[in-house]
Amino acid sequence: MTATLETSAMTTAVRLTGVHKTFGSGRSAVSALEGVDLSVAPGEFVCLLGASGCGKTTLLNLVAGLDRPTAGDITLSTSRPAVMFQEAALMPWLTASRNVELALRFGGVRRTERRERAAELLELVRLAGLGDKRPHELSGGMRQRVALARALASAVQGARDGSPALMLMDEPFSALDAITRDVLQGELLRVWRATNTAVLFVTHDVREAVRLGQRVVLLSSRPGRVVREWQVDGLNPADELVAVEEINTSLREVISSHAAA
Amino acid sequence: MPQHDVVDESVAAVEAGLDALDTPTQRRTWSWRRAAAVVAPPVIAAVLLLVVWQALWAAAFWPEYQLPSPASVWAVIVENVQNGQAFDVLWNSVHRAVLGFAAGVLIGTPLGLIVAKVRVVRAAIGPLLSGLQSLPSVAWVPAAVLWFGVTPSTVYFVVLMGSVPSIANGLVAGIDQIPPILPRVGTVLGASRLASARHILLPAALPGYLAGLKQGWAFSWRSLMAAEIIAVSPQLGKGLGAFLEAGRDLSDMPTVIAAIFLILLVGIGIELLVFRPLERSVLRARGLSGAF
Repeated sequence: MTATLETSAMTTAVRLTGVHKTFGSGRSAVSALEGVDLSVAPGEFVCLLGASGCGKTTLLNLVAGLDRPTAGDITLSTSRPAVMFQEAALMPWLTASRNVELALRFGGVRRTERRERAAELLELVRLAGLGDKRPHELSGGMRQRVALARALASAVQGARDGSPALMLMDEPFSALDAITRDVLQGELLRVWRATNTAVLFVTHDVREAVRLGQRVVLLSSRPGRVVREWQVDGLNPADELVAVEEINTSLREVISSHAAA
Repeated sequence: MPQHDVVDESVAAVEAGLDALDTPTQRRTWSWRRAAAVVAPPVIAAVLLLVVWQALWAAAFWPEYQLPSPASVWAVIVENVQNGQAFDVLWNSVHRAVLGFAAGVLIGTPLGLIVAKVRVVRAAIGPLLSGLQSLPSVAWVPAAVLWFGVTPSTVYFVVLMGSVPSIANGLVAGIDQIPPILPRVGTVLGASRLASARHILLPAALPGYLAGLKQGWAFSWRSLMAAEIIAVSPQLGKGLGAFLEAGRDLSDMPTVIAAIFLILLVGIGIELLVFRPLERSVLRARGLSGAF
């Protein structure tokens, strides 16, 4: 795994060492993560891949600070990471612009500046001029783009002190229809290149992982451990197909091992 | 993946197309036809009711002191409006109900917040609060009379016991129904506890809270009428309830029905002038205005 060596040589945006997470205690304890080691370089796009129950979301919650690991260390050299959930989770009583501004408001940004920056971010996700719409007046894909703009606002707000930005994304496109998902994946890549934030992207879709990520990390299920990782940056379409095939095979193996157990 | 950059412009076009196709369409045309559709049914229903009433009275099924004519009730209302008594009576009752309700909001809101957010408090008094909501507050009148005598304190006490549980429970329900993802968003955006309460919890709980306020007002008004009917004294002045009770004492059915009409009028008036517009603007902002 040259990739791991490379990234550890560079400064890391986030590093997980021997992270364990157990829910409950005693006999009913469930081990969700067992000794996860992972690091993400500044500006790197890493996809966490795994079947359901592999603790992907748990892992993301730990990095986001929504939960604490039972054992192990999570070192963030970034500011507070921005998070994007499976659902847009916009405040239904606020306009699109106000939703984006909320991220800045908690950071103590003044109103006029908030407005300007929200407008810029909405333009970046191609929602210019729709800042006055409320979530229910937007389509699912548009709502998810507002959520992306909000996550960017939060990432950029945190990164003002010069520390690298980090975005955590928990299957943000899985609730969307195929065409919208395809378009939004392209948009995410464009925005990622434009903003240079590190991204930790959780998905159960191998194609999505290979298309988006520079690196794909496969997690086993119950308990979650890092099984393998693949370097998938800059593959040509043919190699991309090969990679998808290979990762799919590994994912199937991981899932089948549970039937035997 | 350089091919994505090449097709970037066409992606933008596809995206714009998707946006146009997927955006929920807005139907918000205000026309005379729609206004008529809103106003006509209740007006027709009221007219029908009057016609049936008039017909029953004309058929003389019941003696006059049990079923007076619509015209005689109207005459009582007109007479009381002209001599000013209607306004005195209305003012007496409405200002008390409003004051009592306002006090109920001041007590019920923090109470609801504490019950919703502090587990021990909820376990301790949550069931009691729900139980009090179904206890008719008239039941408090005898106790209140023994405690406070027939004074305004009695009236306010009964109104409070009617409105506080509803308001507090409404807020609790509103907070319980907040999707858990919203406070989590606040956390990941770095909101402090206070900022999260101010910018996320309270606005998110607003529809439930408003429903509680509405019910709290209804219960205030009902409790007040009950208290005024039972506890009559010169110290209290003459409210709508006392006006109604005076009608019964004199076997004056037109006055009784006029009083009921006025009580109903206040209820409908407050609903239409205060709660309906509030509710409408709150729900409409959230895309929940299906009912209107």
